[in-house]
Amino acid sequence: MTTVEQTAAANDAAETGGTVVEFDHVTHWYGNVVAVNEISMSLGPGVTGLLGPNGAGKSTILHLLAGFLSPSRGEVTIGGESPWRNPPIFHKVGLVPERDSIYAFLTARVFVTASAKLHELPDPKAAAERALDLVEMNEAADRPISTYSKGMRQRAKVAAALVHDPQVLLLDEPFNGMDPRQRMHMMDLLREQGRNGRTILFSSHILEEVEKLADTVQVVVAGRLAASGDYRTIRRLMTNRPHVFMLRSTDDRALAQVLISSPAVQGVSLTKEGLEVHAGDHGTFTRELAKVSRAAGIGLREVIPSDESLESVFAYLVGA
Amino acid sequence: MVNSTITWITFRALFGRRRALLFALPALVLVVLTLGLKSAHGTTADWPAILLGEAGIGAVVPLTALLVGTSVLGSEIDDNSVLHLLATPVSRRSVIISKTAVSAAVTAVFAAVPVLLAGLIAAGPHALAFGCFLGAILGSIVYSCLFVLISAAVQHPIAYALAYVALWEGLISNLVSGAKFLSVEQWSLGIAHAVSHNPNLNSHLTLTPSLVLAVIAALASVVYATERLSAFTLRAD
Repeated sequence: MTTVEQTAAANDAAETGGTVVEFDHVTHWYGNVVAVNEISMSLGPGVTGLLGPNGAGKSTILHLLAGFLSPSRGEVTIGGESPWRNPPIFHKVGLVPERDSIYAFLTARVFVTASAKLHELPDPKAAAERALDLVEMNEAADRPISTYSKGMRQRAKVAAALVHDPQVLLLDEPFNGMDPRQRMHMMDLLREQGRNGRTILFSSHILEEVEKLADTVQVVVAGRLAASGDYRTIRRLMTNRPHVFMLRSTDDRALAQVLISSPAVQGVSLTKEGLEVHAGDHGTFTRELAKVSRAAGIGLREVIPSDESLESVFAYLVGA
Repeated sequence: MVNSTITWITFRALFGRRRALLFALPALVLVVLTLGLKSAHGTTADWPAILLGEAGIGAVVPLTALLVGTSVLGSEIDDNSVLHLLATPVSRRSVIISKTAVSAAVTAVFAAVPVLLAGLIAAGPHALAFGCFLGAILGSIVYSCLFVLISAAVQHPIAYALAYVALWEGLISNLVSGAKFLSVEQWSLGIAHAVSHNPNLNSHLTLTPSLVLAVIAALASVVYATERLSAFTLRAD
């Protein structure tokens, strides 16, 4: 497996002494299962997206950072300190867990105020108001959390994690259950927090979320760091990979002859299901397909991109 | 040591679950049983001591402590809501002590107070009632420490706590003479006996060993529970 190393803003920050979060050859096993394998990364201020398919090891990385797992090998540090068995680290770290477990019998205002008290803030009520304001929860803050939608619960959790103004904010799948407006607002909020010098690390299995929000991306596949760096570079890698399409037409054999002459097509094969086409350039191929088939008098019945799942994109990246 | 925010949240969480209704059930059975025996004028002359010792200290206190002690921490670990406490700078010792304090206080209300009430119904304002009450208070504290420890140490704490009460307290400590020194029930009965001097309480220990052993067990449980909670790990789905 080859790791695609890219220069990233956070890595630049690391080189210039701005590293806040550091993974140094970290491995974690659950029994015989390797959840995270030899991961090294340095994160500085700004928003970093932890991207990968489900089960890739994203949550394990966040749990290691929050001190809820100890590395089997290697070292994890936040601001030079190990988070394992170190509750005072939460003076500078905020955590938004993925699971929807929350004290549902409390109102958001009481929940966030309790969080402020547990963080030993001098004025817990004022801090709670500020945090609720940040996530736009003031109006609904006096309702029990049990009456909230999943997106609202998520915002209450974010408010509780932000209440002590942490230097590092860790969020596990923060956009789960949010409607588009809430998602947009949360993205603005996290972007703003990143701009203000906080180190934000969030996990997601949705490429578009990461693309919209993150300055830097860490792509994790099967417990390994598959790619690291600026998202545009990684996105280009993803876009430029060979795309596989399954076509059905009025004359598959004739269509194969026409397509193979196109520079956008790398290979064509006839199968029982139809015509399998490997396209080198997704955009050019999809634009040309309709034109050339019409010019050849061939009717297209079905065009199915057969490798559009994120897993296949990641699989390509791992092999890159 | 005791964190007021954690105790407050724990109280709210404890009484926000349906399981809270069960807390009063053992006490209710004890009081009803006492009233029944009282109205039947007892079958033997020493029935109050047997009832308070065997049913009160021997059954109501451990069962109530089991229900409460495994709820204060175990339920929060099961549903992961404990993360909202652990993702804060509060020391793990403070979390354990606060949870244990809530468990001991609630167990005392739902078990020790009913033992006192049953004692007053059965024997009137007599040393037996007050002795058993003090014994039940001690039992509430030590059992709470043990069950909070079990919650911090293992998954499915109710099963382990139930096995402990049934096998160790109910069976082994009654069959093996040396095991009486390591029985919370015997420490509680030791206090009750020291106050009431009632020979029908089936107590095998005197005041000093009962108190010393109870304090050692409580402290050791809190220390080990703190250690286990400090190493709390979260497994990814």
